[in-house]
Amino acid sequence: MTTLIDLQPPAPSPQPDDDAPRSLRKSLSLTDVIFRANARVIAALVLVITSAIGIFLGYQLVPTLHAYGWRFLTENQFVPGINLIGIAAGLLGTVEVALIALIISFPLALLTALYISEFAPVWLRGALSAAVDLMAAIPSIIYGLWGLLLIAPRALYVSRWLDEYLGWIPIFHVPGGNPRAAEFFLAAYTQSPFIAGVVVSMMVVPIGCAVMCGVFQQAPIGEREAAYALGSTRWGMIRTVVIPFGRGGIVGGTMLALGRALGETIAVLLILTESFDIRVRPLEAGGATISWLIANFWGDVSHIQLSALLAAGFVLFVITLIVNTLAAIIVNRSRSGSATEI
Amino acid sequence: MNTVVTPAIDLADSEGYSANPTGARLDADRVSAWFGTHKVLERVSLSMPPGAVTALIGPSGCGKSTFLRILNRMHELVPSAKLAGQVSLNGADIYAADTPVTVTRKRIGMVFQKPNPFPAMSIGENVIAGLKLTGTRISRRAQAELIENCLQRGGLWDEVKNRLGDAGGSLSGGQQQRLCIARSLAVSPDVLLMDEPCSALDPTSTRRIEETIGTLRDQVTIVIVTHNMQQAARVSQQCAFFLAEQGTPGQIVEAGSTKDIFENPRDPRTADYVHGRFG
Amino acid sequence: MTNLASAGPPQVHMGAAVGAPAEPSDRPRAVTAMSTDYRLTLAGSLIGSLALTWLLYTQILPFSGVVGFVICWYVAYVAMFATVTALVHSAPIVIDRLWTAVITGAASLVALALVSTVVYIVVKGWPAVHHLSFLTQPESKGSPTAPLTQGGVLNAIVGSLIELGIATAISLPLGIGTAVFMVEVGGRFATVVRTVVEAMTALPDILAGLFIYAVLIISLGFQISGFAAAMALTVMMLPIIARASDVALRVVPGGLREASLALGASQWRTIWRVVIPTAAPGLAQAVILGMARAIGETAPVLICSAPSVFMNGNPFVNPMNSLPLYILTGVRSGEPRFIERGFGAGIVLVVLVLILFGVAKYIARPRAAGR
Repeated sequence: MTTLIDLQPPAPSPQPDDDAPRSLRKSLSLTDVIFRANARVIAALVLVITSAIGIFLGYQLVPTLHAYGWRFLTENQFVPGINLIGIAAGLLGTVEVALIALIISFPLALLTALYISEFAPVWLRGALSAAVDLMAAIPSIIYGLWGLLLIAPRALYVSRWLDEYLGWIPIFHVPGGNPRAAEFFLAAYTQSPFIAGVVVSMMVVPIGCAVMCGVFQQAPIGEREAAYALGSTRWGMIRTVVIPFGRGGIVGGTMLALGRALGETIAVLLILTESFDIRVRPLEAGGATISWLIANFWGDVSHIQLSALLAAGFVLFVITLIVNTLAAIIVNRSRSGSATEI
Repeated sequence: MNTVVTPAIDLADSEGYSANPTGARLDADRVSAWFGTHKVLERVSLSMPPGAVTALIGPSGCGKSTFLRILNRMHELVPSAKLAGQVSLNGADIYAADTPVTVTRKRIGMVFQKPNPFPAMSIGENVIAGLKLTGTRISRRAQAELIENCLQRGGLWDEVKNRLGDAGGSLSGGQQQRLCIARSLAVSPDVLLMDEPCSALDPTSTRRIEETIGTLRDQVTIVIVTHNMQQAARVSQQCAFFLAEQGTPGQIVEAGSTKDIFENPRDPRTADYVHGRFG
Repeated sequence: MTNLASAGPPQVHMGAAVGAPAEPSDRPRAVTAMSTDYRLTLAGSLIGSLALTWLLYTQILPFSGVVGFVICWYVAYVAMFATVTALVHSAPIVIDRLWTAVITGAASLVALALVSTVVYIVVKGWPAVHHLSFLTQPESKGSPTAPLTQGGVLNAIVGSLIELGIATAISLPLGIGTAVFMVEVGGRFATVVRTVVEAMTALPDILAGLFIYAVLIISLGFQISGFAAAMALTVMMLPIIARASDVALRVVPGGLREASLALGASQWRTIWRVVIPTAAPGLAQAVILGMARAIGETAPVLICSAPSVFMNGNPFVNPMNSLPLYILTGVRSGEPRFIERGFGAGIVLVVLVLILFGVAKYIARPRAAGR
């Protein structure tokens, strides 16, 4: 026999309501208290060290602007000997070299990542991924050697060709180049931002490629099969499924590569020669980036000029920080966000 | 030894039977399949005629899905996969060297267990995605007509007709599956393969899709894999019972009209399965 | 009426019964993605475009040199391939093959660049490096213009290793400790630490060097020395190790921690005996990859140390040379013998990085389930 449930609410109970949460004493053992305190101290120490750098660099803006005024940012010449300090040319050059590197490396990184994840035979994929990681680990001085001594002498012919046939476009023009002369003036092309950008692009391709490749391999197999089942070719499937899925990784990886290219020192140091003109002619010899300025002049500056160098470094740091943060945000928001590790 | 199965189905039994079905005939002749050295199908032969729904039933793991994927050349996407035997669409071997695989897959469509609309496209774009992927160009107006036509046949038109621009992933599971059916229909296949299309769905969506299958039957040849016997009894006119006994590759134990399989099975294992004594 | 197949396991038929139709052999059939037509089109386009480029190259086209030839050949090949395919096949297939050609070409270009880097370094550096004295004698025993059998890079190798050792000794406990704090203790403070640490991974390497130079050397009066360079390397490594360790610790499933706590262990015991051993391969990989990166850093050591030629085992007194700095000095000198030695040092550096990299990958290799 079943029981009937009384659906009337019970009469209010005269006793106090004891359905309230009870407070639990935080009972940590002594070892845990010590451990947590230690961990906190270590983290605080690391926080102090790392933020000290940012604060110290930023603080250098104070004496610098005091000594040089806002012309510090607008003056293009940087000549410590006569106390003429300006980083405008350096800023422009940094962006110029990084952009050239990006233009060259972006398609290469994207296509190589597609090759590794979609076209390479399965047994080769692991080896190729490891090879890409290894490329990223090779020190920049090695790429600097390769770039300066193997690539630069050949790349200047590309510069000359661009000047000869596309020189009517201002960006490709090299005054003093005279490409059609029988013995054209090599020096006008050698140590240019373009060649520096080519070498830097080589360094950043593996960074972008590794991120993109990891993301492409996460594209869901259900959607891939759906595309094939409709009669799609492999490229159709890539275009419909893999690339839309990997958008976050593509952008994020590229921005990470950009951040690296902005801060690259050694390749630029070896290849660029000094020039402080504000101009956008990447094929022409001469240029400056902020890291180049620092690496060139660190030993020859007075105390206040050192502050200026540090302030310039701070500006560079802020730029790379913004780029990297944007990259992380874009990747985290995208579908492939959880798969990527920036 | 399996013989080539050509059951004499009395299709006049089934309701809504159309005298002129427009699908194509699909024949599998002694198909075997391997993954690496592991054999998973043993000389399976089956004829799937137009105008009928053929159900592949049997416990899980006996090769039904593998057999289905061989029918539209999806099996070979797995690197270690191999097959033997012949699959013919209206008499022509689909594995012949001069037949592009993309053409075969266009003519033999597939709906998967887990609905997989393209999330980067809207509902309308999803429906005609197959056109873009196979390089078929039609006018804007023809596109709109095709979208409406396919969504009607897929049983989804009324629910989405006012929001064709919404993202493909914004629908419920059952709606997504009907969208996938509409998408498959848009490339005008002769055969539609369905791999447990309702196993991830709730009962209401399942019923809607079974209704859809009923209405599509005389437009495309349908082959459906299902581990739900009642569903097989409801939607199909012909059944093939797959079984893989311990350690052996899968085979068809018995095949015939649905009525006979369920009411008059000849093999005791078939009888056990359809009466739910094992599954 | 159903058709019944035989009951029982299938039998392998070695021969057909007399009079029965021959069975298709139960052997796998070839299903190739690359049909004969594809192979022929590919080969034909390659050869045809080569011939075409050869004929036209110097006469008509405005290029010269090997690089130009290869570019022209590639363009002609792709054009020819596309045209021939379009004669027979539909648009999607043509586009698919075109893109396959482009993608494969790009990947080959990148592979070629990488291989050329390694080969170039090895070829140019071999004359220096195959002398044993190169590895066992410091620079002071020779001079930049001396023959390659005199003097070597031992001081640079020692300097690199000492600087790396100091930097690792500091950044390993601090980095992993910070990661432990961020993951295991957590809280608002941990979020702040995490944000700052992630931000600092964006620091360009030259700024790490400049910071140490300004603070330690100028303000605090330290000498330019191996220690200063090691400090600069620490500044670089610390955020990277902290962040990678953070990721490695977060991957450890929470269920493991709960199981340990449920047995009555304290949090510290849980971390020390369960979490860290589980995360150990990931942590080791993080540290070793940080080391591989640090050993190749040139910019920080450029500023905080100097290319001394003497053997110096004391990081606190006198400058210390290191491999990247040695290479940079050699290349910038313009002196051919010195450049050769620089290449030799480059080989040593690449080998060291390779060893570290290989160890890291080996430690973090996927293990069989059920370890």
